[in-house]
Amino acid sequence: MEIVKRHIKLTRLVACLAFLMFFATPSSAQESVEAEVTEDLSQYQTESYKKGRSIFKSKCASCHKLDKKFIGPGLSNIGDKREVEWLQEWIKDNGAFRASGDADAIAVFNEYGGVVMSAFPELSNEDIDAILEYTKVGEKKKVGAVAEASEEEQEGSDAWMVYLVTLIIVLGILWVFFKSDNGFLKIVSVIILILLLVYYGFSALMNLDVNEGYQPIQPIAFSHKIHAGDNKIECQYCHSSAKHSKTSGIPSVNVCMNCHLLIQEYDGDVTAEHNKEFYDGEIAKLLDAAGYDEEGQYDGKLEPIKWVRVHNLPDFVYYNHSQHVNVAGLDCAKCHGPVEEMEEVYQYSPLTMGWCIDCHKETQVDLKGNEYYANIHKQLAAKYGVNKVTVAQLGGKECGKCHY
Amino acid sequence: MKLKFTKISAILLLIVITTISCKDNTKPGLQYFPDMYVPIGYEPYSDIQVGEHSMGSMLPVEGTIARGQVLYDYPNTIQGYDDAKANSKNPLMLTTTNLENGKKMYGIYCAICHGKKGDSSESTLMKREKFVGVPNYNDRDITEGSIYHVIMYGKNVMGSHASQLKYKERWQVVQYVEKLRQDLLK
Repeated sequence: MEIVKRHIKLTRLVACLAFLMFFATPSSAQESVEAEVTEDLSQYQTESYKKGRSIFKSKCASCHKLDKKFIGPGLSNIGDKREVEWLQEWIKDNGAFRASGDADAIAVFNEYGGVVMSAFPELSNEDIDAILEYTKVGEKKKVGAVAEASEEEQEGSDAWMVYLVTLIIVLGILWVFFKSDNGFLKIVSVIILILLLVYYGFSALMNLDVNEGYQPIQPIAFSHKIHAGDNKIECQYCHSSAKHSKTSGIPSVNVCMNCHLLIQEYDGDVTAEHNKEFYDGEIAKLLDAAGYDEEGQYDGKLEPIKWVRVHNLPDFVYYNHSQHVNVAGLDCAKCHGPVEEMEEVYQYSPLTMGWCIDCHKETQVDLKGNEYYANIHKQLAAKYGVNKVTVAQLGGKECGKCHY
Repeated sequence: MKLKFTKISAILLLIVITTISCKDNTKPGLQYFPDMYVPIGYEPYSDIQVGEHSMGSMLPVEGTIARGQVLYDYPNTIQGYDDAKANSKNPLMLTTTNLENGKKMYGIYCAICHGKKGDSSESTLMKREKFVGVPNYNDRDITEGSIYHVIMYGKNVMGSHASQLKYKERWQVVQYVEKLRQDLLK
């Protein structure tokens, strides 16, 4: 007994030690990280830093980055490279400064292809000192705060239940066939079996080419959640041909580069699955396709991005985006669902004919500002005895409208 | 008998499990008579196996003019900008229809950076510091010609928005931007 007790004590002790060590190491590591961050914070708090940052953001940042060459040179630690007086003269009115014959000023002007920098006579010397402090200290480094991964949604649990119930029923029927001698039970089970087969067979046939939930893997993991959700970019900014074309349009890369020329790193919310490295990698793929090398300089080597089309209609049906977007004025989400919440886009609607017709039957036509059709609308309203005609009553249910 | 029952049950179980686990959302479903589904003609953006990249969407051949396209003669240079600023004039009449559509287009393509009122301070991307240094319209000396020129070619960080807007829409936006600027200057 004594030996056993001692043994238990010993194992407990070891377990406790292991437990302590397990928890002690990560927490101490965390502390050291926090300490580093608090050390750095003070220099971001000074008045002049804040002032410099806000001036830089509003007046300089459209052409200058801190760390690299953009339209103008990168300005990190520019105060060490040039005299303060030189910078003051340049910033306030670089045109006049160049005209005065300063060799350095003319050299810089020529190096950046003769692009004229705006004059900023409104900035005082103190303002410029503040900007220089900002360029020296730089931007506060973000500590990658990983948002807690959201709990996985239990999708498809209903489908499981259906399958399970069916399985149990079928097993019961089999049992009846092989184990029981009851004739009545056998007849009942045959009927149930036939009904089940018809149900599953029919639903399988009805789901041919119905791709609700289709979510292909795209060459670049473009996140609609970030673009349409977080940044609230209008759908039609990128899908610009939706307003005058049959297709909604996949943006050409120049549209991506309207923003990504400036935004080459991700600094928004991250999750465990999609961290900063992941998003930066995806942006790098885009830059590569648009003909930019790793340093962010244009080298003209273009590579087409082979996006996979999510919403496919068979060739025997005609659908036109402009009619629905422009004329009907529908919200994109009506058919495409909550795209602004989708990390990667999936097909939200079934896109079946019944689904189209249902909407055509319900949707009332907006008759305002449509004088050309005013007469026919009046006649139709009288014919159907209603105040407002629906799309279906206007002919939106005729076969030839979509199938020809 | 007993063996048969277990065997058949096992097979059924296998079928059910495979049908459930084979449901793969990254692949499209089955089609019935695909020759009625798949178009013979070229679809937009399709892989057409013609030319260098086999890309379906390409720029018009050089020297041709697409239907509805209106040529723009000012080149994308500093000189071109100055010329457009001085000489280029809006061909559209100032009407409420033009102004309304201009407002709509401005809301989609411009307000994301320039803000609903054109003062850039209230725009989503400025507030989130994705874009910085977007000028206020009343700080800049702009004319209808220069606004159109910048929509066509972009300027500094702003890229060209010519591919997203048509000729008429661009001039409608110009009209609306001028109105915003007048409101800001008041």
